[in-house]
Amino acid sequence: MTVTTDRLPSYDEAVAAFDPVIGLEVHVELGTASKMFCGCSTTFGAPPNSQVCPTCLGLPGSLPVLNGAAVESTVRVGLALNATIVPWCRFARKNYFYPDMPKNFQTSQYDEPICVDGWLDVELVTEDGARTVRVEIERVHMEEDTGKSLHVGGATGRIHGADHSLVDYNRAGIPLIEIVTRPVEGAGAQAPELARAYVTALREIMRGLGVSDVRMEQGSLRCDANVSLRPGPEAPLVTRSETKNVNSLRSVERAVRHEIRRQAGRLTAGERVVQETRHWHEDTGITTPGRSKEQAEDYRYFPEPDLVPVAPDRDWVERLRAELPETPDARRIRLLDEWSLSEFDLQSMVNAGAVDLVAQTVEAGAPVDAARKWWLGEIARVANERGVALDELPITPAQVAAVVALVEAGELNDTLARQVIEGVLAGEGEPAEVVAERGLAVLSDDTALLAAVDAALAEQPDVAEKIRSGKVAAAGAIVGAVMKATRGQADAARVRELVLSRCA
Amino acid sequence: MTSSASITRAEVAHLANLARLALTDDELDHFGDQLAVIIGAVSRIGDLETADVPPTSHALPLTNVVREDVVRPGLTQEQALAGAPAAEDGRFRVPRILGEEA
Repeated sequence: MTVTTDRLPSYDEAVAAFDPVIGLEVHVELGTASKMFCGCSTTFGAPPNSQVCPTCLGLPGSLPVLNGAAVESTVRVGLALNATIVPWCRFARKNYFYPDMPKNFQTSQYDEPICVDGWLDVELVTEDGARTVRVEIERVHMEEDTGKSLHVGGATGRIHGADHSLVDYNRAGIPLIEIVTRPVEGAGAQAPELARAYVTALREIMRGLGVSDVRMEQGSLRCDANVSLRPGPEAPLVTRSETKNVNSLRSVERAVRHEIRRQAGRLTAGERVVQETRHWHEDTGITTPGRSKEQAEDYRYFPEPDLVPVAPDRDWVERLRAELPETPDARRIRLLDEWSLSEFDLQSMVNAGAVDLVAQTVEAGAPVDAARKWWLGEIARVANERGVALDELPITPAQVAAVVALVEAGELNDTLARQVIEGVLAGEGEPAEVVAERGLAVLSDDTALLAAVDAALAEQPDVAEKIRSGKVAAAGAIVGAVMKATRGQADAARVRELVLSRCA
Repeated sequence: MTSSASITRAEVAHLANLARLALTDDELDHFGDQLAVIIGAVSRIGDLETADVPPTSHALPLTNVVREDVVRPGLTQEQALAGAPAAEDGRFRVPRILGEEA
């Protein structure tokens, strides 16, 4: 294992030798007020075991009753994913012993999922522009979330080496849907990006439907990534690994990338890839083996006797279909037109998860170009640095629009605006407060600027002489000195004008 | 149809493992015999013509029994933990989880 890790091939070597095939299982916690089968609250962050009842604790004699809103949300998700809503389906018991499920089974769906045969078109950015990959969706089914375990006594809160575990059942029974793709072929070297783009697109759809807050850091959207490598695109599908615990968009891409390299290393060394569950480690960027895959029949699925079948009424389904919000695709076409963007520009925004943020910034009064510039530039840089999604940063579209307005009013230049954004992100308050607190404002007083220009010219007499002799390009050095002296608060174009007029 | 229903010892051991039951060799034989009798009884359904009979999972001819998405008070943390053999920090305390690395 360690030996293989030590000589991992580079990513380019890996995808030159093998064709990656991925499959994604995404779990989404629905944003209903109450749990799937009981009336307990689903609010995140409550004290442990304070949102539980006999049903979600699996106490004897309790019976489940299905949450109608959860069924409706699942049907809407299915419709948005172009899936068929089946006329009739049941729940099933998935039997296993683990403390996260006090009933000793999870109520799920097995061979009769409520939605089947959907698809989602995902755009990938390439050097030649955008290309569309259709991700086929095998099924969307309903189930319930499990409790949360805390492992005590181990060094890092992991199971390994733990002395005992503590379980909180607030999350047990929260409505969960699982969206399973068919094997996705044809992404080639872009498989990791495709995985990320797919989860991003799903998240956008969920958000558009309003069925979940899809916050990966709170676990309301979780992704398991299956990866397998075959010798070439025509070869049959082969053994895959399933990586769990991939809980940010960036990790989805990194985990798939790492698995491709790891498996390529094994295959190149003449070893086999075993079918197993692996755990993703955010800090080290590698996966480690977990429990070997239990056989499906070991779960002894059988139809849940305590819940009657679900038979979505056809007229109801059609009504829900008609009421679906604008799809991200339709929206893309509309925004391309309204914002006069190229496909490539828009796709970069989609992949960065910036479309909503830019749209809201535009609604708050900023021009499209300025809104895009900040979200995809400075703010994206910080998000990347912190390893979080754009919308997880503590800055709002309204605040960005306020910064843009200050720039447009001539009160800030770009250098200062960047500092204001940095201040807002550091929790220093609203843009106006950061401006006041840090004393950031463009120096528009020519007298003050001229004094700085004269000082800079006096400090660099040789440069001043060059400018006077007609080498206008040399003015840059003086402008730079003035900008530095004024801590970026001067308008560079105006400083340049002043330098040239002084040396005329 | 087939009254000679049987279950292998390995199958009994597998089931016992899934049920987290530690059975001795004698018990495996003992329960294997009992299970064979039960399977034999149930397999008599095979004597009937059932091709046109849909499998029954529910006794009631009902579908779509749902409730409104309304929060109802449940148990307090204290009540929830009252029956727990062990609790710590408001959580159920369970023995070390074996058989899995993470």
